Amino acid sequence: MATQHSRAAARAMLSPSVLLLLAWMIIPLSMTLYFSFLRFNLLMPGMEEWAGFDNYRYFLTDPAFWYAMRNTLVLVGGVLVITIVGGTLLGLLLDQDFFGQGIVRVLVIAPFFVMPTVSALVWKNMFMNPVNGLFAHFAQALGLQPFDFLAQAPLLSIIVIVAWQWLPFATLILLTALQSLDSEQLEAAEMDGASPLSRFIYIVVPHLSRAITVVILIQTIFLLSVFAEILVTTNGGPGYASTNLTYLVYVQSLLQFDVGGGSAGGVVAIILANIVAIFLMRMIGKNLES
Amino acid sequence: MARKVTSRRMAIVTVVAWAVGFAIFFPILWTIITSFKTEAEAIASPPKFLNFHWTLENYITVNERSNYFRHFMNSVVISVGSTLLALLIAVPAAWSMAFVPSKRTKDILMWMLSTKMLPPVGVLIPIYLMFRNLGLLDTRTGLVIVLTLINLPIVIWMLYTYFKEIPVDILEAARMDGASLKSEIIYVLTPMAVPGIASTLLLNVILAWNEAFWTLNLTAAKAAPLTAFIASYSSPEGLFYAKLSAASTMAIAPILIMGWFSQKQLVRGLTFGAVK
Repeated sequence: MATQHSRAAARAMLSPSVLLLLAWMIIPLSMTLYFSFLRFNLLMPGMEEWAGFDNYRYFLTDPAFWYAMRNTLVLVGGVLVITIVGGTLLGLLLDQDFFGQGIVRVLVIAPFFVMPTVSALVWKNMFMNPVNGLFAHFAQALGLQPFDFLAQAPLLSIIVIVAWQWLPFATLILLTALQSLDSEQLEAAEMDGASPLSRFIYIVVPHLSRAITVVILIQTIFLLSVFAEILVTTNGGPGYASTNLTYLVYVQSLLQFDVGGGSAGGVVAIILANIVAIFLMRMIGKNLES
Repeated sequence: MARKVTSRRMAIVTVVAWAVGFAIFFPILWTIITSFKTEAEAIASPPKFLNFHWTLENYITVNERSNYFRHFMNSVVISVGSTLLALLIAVPAAWSMAFVPSKRTKDILMWMLSTKMLPPVGVLIPIYLMFRNLGLLDTRTGLVIVLTLINLPIVIWMLYTYFKEIPVDILEAARMDGASLKSEIIYVLTPMAVPGIASTLLLNVILAWNEAFWTLNLTAAKAAPLTAFIASYSSPEGLFYAKLSAASTMAIAPILIMGWFSQKQLVRGLTFGAVK
């Protein structure tokens, strides 16, 4: 029953947000797109010239790009597997009755609130350092050779760090979903003689599938852009062993000042993220209707 | 009989859950403990857990040597400033979409969300160049602007889902009684909207405090918030574990406490209402 007057007011209240986001989206995006077709280096100002698809050709045929693509996929995939399996198990655990539920939940959620640079540096120095890290101390105590995690398995080490940060998020969402599970359904299945495993497979997992999809999509959006953790631990190295797409574009544009090439990389990153985004938007859109 | 089994089961679950919770929390706990050690004790082998001489010297050194307070204040100004600015822009927008929905409301909401899907690296160069030309590099103002814009979609969405839960009947009753739009907002809507706005504020401050792409790329020494200050420990000189721990503990403590208060809103805010 909105009147004409309140409609106009509503539009006036909405427009600042719409205009700001429109500007935020269109201006930098079109600039990135434009730069990606230029030969443009910050060290040679005034020498910009049209380059056609050269930047894309160089970027896509550079071996660094394929390393970065592979690392990006391994990083996203690895963290997703760890957080979803771990999050489901943790969710099931925290859904039980036990003493100090509230405190344990708070402990489990805590890593999510630690800023990326802190968690990366704490893991790098105080745990993974081959001389002074806790893992090295344990290895020595057991008579083993300490392992230099970030030099010998850089990508895996970063996966561990990032997974630690995101495990709470997956746990929290899956726990929320578990709590909305109808317990009568489970009890009925139990009465009918269904084993715990088949109850889990046929009742719990289907119920969780929606939440799992949401976790996958949202985490993917954030994980495609992992940056700080790489910057403070390995700087993308050794070689390109832990360079992801985000980090490669950063190196190309802000360290090598190659604006054209970096922009082409940026466009590739946008396309990649959009593929994921389309699926996420569809899921959320469906929910909005119900 | 049945009760006995349950209580034994509960004891086992309790032990397992506490062990797992402790393990996940351990890196944070270890950082806090190390922050009270001397540098020598911080790297002692075998590691010392509680049997060391507790000291506050690292906190004092970090504060004296590195102008810690300024970086802390930068974090506060940037995260709180960008959150308040985003709320100022988002509250009217969310209000109008929740209470005066039109045919296009859903499309607008979805489109707003899609701007959040833009990978930051895709617009890094234009933003960097614009900031350089406008003199906004390494300023708090610049970061407040960027963080306001990147978090605006989340803020609008969270507010929208909260406002949606306010019963429209009450608003209509107020309108029947002849309340103007202004008094409708001030006397009817605001009191009911405050809890939702408060939790949106809390979550957004957390997100802005921990944001580590733009803060790292757009600041140097002057406007660097704690994320960027801590990153300077990636190439340190000499022994630094205890100092790193002290700086880290101070950087995460306020947010850890806020985060624990906002854990219920977290799910809702970060899933855009897809999981409640």
